[in-house]
Amino acid sequence: MFKYILKRLLIMIPTLLGVIFIVFTIMNLTPGNPGRTILGTMATQEQVDQLNHELGYDKPFFSRFFSYCGGLLQGDFGTSYRTRAPFTTELMGRLPTTIKLGLAAFILSSLIGVSLGILSAVKQYSFADVFCSTTAILFASIPGFFLGMVLIYVFGLKLGWFPTFGGTDFKSFVLPVITLTIATTVTVQRLTRTTMLEAVRQDYIRTAKAKGCSKARMTWKHALKNAILPVITVMGINAGTVMGGAVICETVFALPGMGTYILTAIRSKDIPVVMSSTVLLSLIFCVIMILVDVLYAAIDPRIRERITH
Amino acid sequence: MKDTNKERLARKRRRRREHARETFRLFRKNKAAMFGCAVLLIFILAAIFADVIVPYEEAISQNSSVRLSGPSAEHIFGTDKYGRDVFARIIHGSRRSLSLGVGTTLLSVCIGGLIGACCGFYGGKFDTVVMRICDIIMCIPALLFALAVVAALGASMLNLILAITIISVPSYIRIIRSVIISIVEQDYIYAARLCGSSNRSIIFHHVLPNAMGPIIVQASMNVASMMLTAAGLSFIGMGVQQPAPEWGAMLNEARDFMTNQPYLLLFPGAAISLSALCLNLVGDGLRDALDPRLKA
Repeated sequence: MFKYILKRLLIMIPTLLGVIFIVFTIMNLTPGNPGRTILGTMATQEQVDQLNHELGYDKPFFSRFFSYCGGLLQGDFGTSYRTRAPFTTELMGRLPTTIKLGLAAFILSSLIGVSLGILSAVKQYSFADVFCSTTAILFASIPGFFLGMVLIYVFGLKLGWFPTFGGTDFKSFVLPVITLTIATTVTVQRLTRTTMLEAVRQDYIRTAKAKGCSKARMTWKHALKNAILPVITVMGINAGTVMGGAVICETVFALPGMGTYILTAIRSKDIPVVMSSTVLLSLIFCVIMILVDVLYAAIDPRIRERITH
Repeated sequence: MKDTNKERLARKRRRRREHARETFRLFRKNKAAMFGCAVLLIFILAAIFADVIVPYEEAISQNSSVRLSGPSAEHIFGTDKYGRDVFARIIHGSRRSLSLGVGTTLLSVCIGGLIGACCGFYGGKFDTVVMRICDIIMCIPALLFALAVVAALGASMLNLILAITIISVPSYIRIIRSVIISIVEQDYIYAARLCGSSNRSIIFHHVLPNAMGPIIVQASMNVASMMLTAAGLSFIGMGVQQPAPEWGAMLNEARDFMTNQPYLLLFPGAAISLSALCLNLVGDGLRDALDPRLKA
């Protein structure tokens, strides 16, 4: 098992390098000149060239790429064009907001999605199943930003229960978390229902039934254990959706997180910030995907067997 | 010899037609999907005949005398902060929003299909390299990747299409590759090889017709989410630019007037949600009709 984790971590290194390379390449497609962006139109060409030289922007592409990677290894994510402050200082204030929002939505959507999916599958075609499936397809069709604004309108403006914009206290997180949770629950819920329905049709369930196994034991011990595996994969992918959703969610609720940070950076053409934010969030996502892989092996004895032998 | 060949082809064509008819029958029986189809048809007609329904001029011309007036006989959906008619903007916005969803899906199915099919059919080094690249791209959260592309190239409708296509191609490559691999391993492909069929004829006569079903299902299930992603990017100002009407961008403008003009929020939001809902219903219906095994 330990060897497997080590192997996964080693495979992660080229993947991460690839991620950084792709993001770096795309960001370098930006037309324009960094020195000009920083100094503005008033600066002379000499000043611009001087600054470009100081920052190393006149070096060839690969040399810049490797020095960027070298910086990352030392925890140096580059310097913002706009504020001239290191990326990490601003990050420290922003990242916790996004992590709180994302983590809460991720946990809630996984829990709610799996439980509703099980409920739907166990009582197939019942009222609860039809209700859950219908709301699922409804919520899959409502974009998060619209849902968020409706929630702000109803619970913020009309009822006044929650603050409508900004803030970092618990109350101002309630609506964003609900919005993001609803947007990501649906995939988990629908998949759990499908895999559970498949699982309860298997022979081993019939065997369990024939043995006189109780329905609860059959559902939780036999069916769920088999049905949950694909769901875990989707939960991992969902972590990426949550990150993307957080960007939009933060915009709707004006939360000071990574999403609003990236958007401000894009508007002011602050390329290092956009690049490092994307790289950082992708790194977090990669780590989550590896955790999912390891979890998969930990849960499924078949995979564990294949790995250890 | 020629005659039997012709007969065989005719039989094949008949069988295929029967299969299509059966699929259509199953699809028609699905009430939700039919509802989705009907509403979607209205949206599509609105998009095609937008200029007949209401001139484009009304969707973009600013008129400060009637700004932010609520729904009335003259402006049935009211007017926005520049006095533009919201109804006209929604009708003309349907062109962009729908074509973004359908266009990006078609584009990514074509690109992903071509690459994925090559990977699945030929395998080898090409396959390994492409799959590694897909793995890497899929490690970047999709929306962030799209944002990075738009940030680098600038916000415009074309770059939006490019960004959304780039983020969705890897998953199509993977799906189509696995579909093709499962087909290539079938006995009838071996049989065709033994009969001396060329690669070309195997691809066009055996692999593609059998792969079409799963590909159509996957694509139709994705149109709605592609449309929502495009609208989301326009919402945060990274897609269709002003003054062109687009539903996501309209919602963004509505944000500042939510308190007193909630209708500005309601109409574009309802348009997006309703069309996405119908696309989802049609997608589900197609899946159930084309691939009854998947029916949950």
